[in-house]
Amino acid sequence: MPDIQDFHRFPDERGRFGDYGGSYVAETLMAPLAELTEAYLRLRQDPAFVAELDRDLANYVGRPSPVYFAERLTKHVGGARILLKREDLNHTGAHKINNTVGQALVARHMGKARIIAETGAGQHGVASATVAARLGLKCVVYMGAVDIERQKINVYRMKLLGAEVVPVTSGSKTLKDALNEAMRDWVTNVADTFYIIGTVAGPHPYPLMVRDFNAIVGREARAQVQQQYGRLPDVLTACVGGGSNAMGLFHAFLNDRGVRIVGAEAAGLGLATGHHAASLAAGRPGVLHGNRTYVLCDDDGQITETHSISAGLDYPGVGPEHAFLKDAGRAEYVGVTDAEALEAFHLLCRTEGILPALESSHAVAQAIKLAREYPKDGIVLCNLSGRGDKDVHTIAAREGVQV
Amino acid sequence: MSNPQFRIPNPGSQRIDARFAQLKAANRTGLIPFVTAGDPSPDHAVALMHALVAAGADLIELGVPFSDPMADGPVIQHASERAIARGVGLGDVLGWVAGFRQRDTQTPVVLMGYLNPIEIHGYERFAGEAVAAGVDGVLVVDCPLEESAVLAPLRAAGLRQILLAAPTTAPERLAKLCEAAEGFLYYVSFAGITGAARLSTTDIAARVAELRGRSAAPVAVGFGVRDAQSAKAIAGFADAVVIGSALVERLDGAASEAEIAERVQAFLPPIRAALDAR
Repeated sequence: MPDIQDFHRFPDERGRFGDYGGSYVAETLMAPLAELTEAYLRLRQDPAFVAELDRDLANYVGRPSPVYFAERLTKHVGGARILLKREDLNHTGAHKINNTVGQALVARHMGKARIIAETGAGQHGVASATVAARLGLKCVVYMGAVDIERQKINVYRMKLLGAEVVPVTSGSKTLKDALNEAMRDWVTNVADTFYIIGTVAGPHPYPLMVRDFNAIVGREARAQVQQQYGRLPDVLTACVGGGSNAMGLFHAFLNDRGVRIVGAEAAGLGLATGHHAASLAAGRPGVLHGNRTYVLCDDDGQITETHSISAGLDYPGVGPEHAFLKDAGRAEYVGVTDAEALEAFHLLCRTEGILPALESSHAVAQAIKLAREYPKDGIVLCNLSGRGDKDVHTIAAREGVQV
Repeated sequence: MSNPQFRIPNPGSQRIDARFAQLKAANRTGLIPFVTAGDPSPDHAVALMHALVAAGADLIELGVPFSDPMADGPVIQHASERAIARGVGLGDVLGWVAGFRQRDTQTPVVLMGYLNPIEIHGYERFAGEAVAAGVDGVLVVDCPLEESAVLAPLRAAGLRQILLAAPTTAPERLAKLCEAAEGFLYYVSFAGITGAARLSTTDIAARVAELRGRSAAPVAVGFGVRDAQSAKAIAGFADAVVIGSALVERLDGAASEAEIAERVQAFLPPIRAALDAR
């Protein structure tokens, strides 16, 4: 791959990030995607839309979120300073709301009365149900039956917010199957329905649009770290399932070549065991859910079932921009196991009084590893993408505790 | 990457063109059954194909099982899951086509499926093996014309790329599809997944008439055709009718070769008769 000077010029007009991305969808989706692309490309340049979005992000989401120096965690680890970008403090408790607020505004501008979404951990479903309630739109959320079991609290939250949660019992009954089902709904009901994809995957323009709406995370963090420390961080880290919180943090820093970027994928029981969800660290290029990207599949091209303790990372594909950054050598992607994530979860609880989501615990575990590699005046910036209240039942069950 | 708008003519397999020429000469509407390869039984996959021909099929669409069939409804999705559970892969499907060709050298076979299995198999390798097996065309559901530069090795080897058109397809795009169409153009008769039950015959008639006037290839209509009655309604204005989910549903659970043949014989001939009586 030729040396890339400006990472901000991707994707191209066909939604390509180098060899990745594109629009690999059935004919019936070509027209709705074209309609969405046209509307979004117009809106993203419309000052009135941008102002409306900024107002919502400030007054409804609660932005900017702080960058917090985890001093006791840093001391405990004994390495570089660990800074946390506190996306867990957003309304609904995760970065997902940045995207759903944006897409819901796009939906309203396009005159769509019904919103559909897919969800793994339930955070995107909650964030979609939330914005749908606020804008008075009907909301249907598809969720794998396995994930419904793992994330009961979020399921109930969605229902409280007026959404219909549809269990998906096909395939592995997790996020990828929910995505298939949402696509089917969209194909069938395109006229009045807007599909809010929750991550930087799917056909063009979703990887672009979802990244744009989350990129505020990195823009804020870059300015905050510069203001507080007079320089940029040495290294960034974030967890990567589909990759939206990671892309959100990374994007503003892509042209800062001195800043190292490390994505933490779910290594589940260990990359060598095959029970993981590390598409970039252990997968291969393929085509899934409308885009060319790294996927986990067998030699027949069948997508394989993934494993992670965290439902939000349990996905066999990944956003195409991450695939591109990996091949370009701009970002590294490594695996963090269930056990490492749990250890980091407990450590952050006890040293900082912050209960992170299991997804985000993977990033914290990676931040701890990275902090050990750098001198004490170094800076590791970790995206704390969500809070862990939704995960307490999973953790209690795993540790044999009756709640 | 080649520009898909300037596609070289495909000199490959003549079976599809020859079959549509025969149908036209006889003033008949083609019958195209779809079955998922390896369902209901991998052991009788070849026998099922022969049974379809015996029951009046003019062309066979053979579904390549995929774990994530986004554009298919529950019937074909479940058939795909059953086949995968029995270990069916692209290599098996090609083997069955080769087996079918030992006795039937005339009936065109089109593989219908998703891109990832072909991508992982390797485009060049798949193209060579498919032609050697006697496959005539491929319909890759998640590879629209705009992305189909990746299929160049398949077309270069002589496989027809069957394109889809939908009610939602914009006029400019439709013009491009009509120009690029080869083998036949598959008109999805409504904006939904396979196997759904909505069909407005008047609307379809108007759109198909327009397509037939503009398309370089014959037009087959599918998605939502379930029985003799719905097939007959379409027969008047389409070059061929595709029947998928309703047939796959009928075959589910058939265990023996005799049972499979029996169910095909009970289902397809009335549709064949309805098409011929148009």
